[in-house]
Amino acid sequence: MEQGLTKKEYEKYVQKKMPKSPVIKNTIKAFIIGGIICIVGQVVSNYFKGRGMSVEEAGGATAIVMVLLGALLTGLDIYDGIAKHAGAGTIVPITGFANSIVSPAMEFKSEGYVLGMASKMFVIAGPVLVYGIIASIVVGIISFIVKTL
Amino acid sequence: MEFIRAFLVGGSICAVGQILIDKTKLTPARILVLFVTLGVVLTAIGVYEPLVKFGGAGATVPITGFGYSLAKGALKEVKEKGLLGAFMGGISSTAGGIAAAIFFGYLIALIFSPKEK
Repeated sequence: MEQGLTKKEYEKYVQKKMPKSPVIKNTIKAFIIGGIICIVGQVVSNYFKGRGMSVEEAGGATAIVMVLLGALLTGLDIYDGIAKHAGAGTIVPITGFANSIVSPAMEFKSEGYVLGMASKMFVIAGPVLVYGIIASIVVGIISFIVKTL
Repeated sequence: MEFIRAFLVGGSICAVGQILIDKTKLTPARILVLFVTLGVVLTAIGVYEPLVKFGGAGATVPITGFGYSLAKGALKEVKEKGLLGAFMGGISSTAGGIAAAIFFGYLIALIFSPKEK
């Protein structure tokens, strides 16, 4: 960056370089940050595979680590800072699933540990599990019927 | 190379989510529900598996990958256990992630408090 550029001038410069439409800008940011989170996942997954885990085991272990990372970064108030810019880039990865659990849990801790914290953990994660699990059971039943016929 | 593929596939899935958030009235919670269900359906019709083969963590880390694991587990256990597998397979194959989300989610929320806004 050139010397002598004031903060305002710099902001103007950045604005000029950014794509005009907020949708395009948001989508690019979501793409980059979501992509980076997946690279982290790939690094973790490769580590577990390198230690002799099967693909399924490594996948499960990676999910656990990514959930821990997402939860920890939420607790440290870092994840929401990234999410302000990344939008879906931080919502869609499994780290965002962890974020959706920790955020309301912290928020409602003051209302008690049962109906406050523990129940509010699932405000968003609950519906995800409900629809995901129902869909998987339906798929399983259909495949059973198809095999039996 | 596999890192670039993970970046491209994972980034693209998130980009689709962002377009939906910006262009429709779908809230993030609905996006998550939609994506996990989509992951299950796309796996069932055999579309998601090739994406996982190509993109690795790029396809498994997004919440659609959670749906992929659910469906894959259900399909696999139906083969082994019959109808019982339809009920057991999904949660078995995602047990680690679900348990971790509950355990670490609780623990972290216990330790940390929300910052003053």
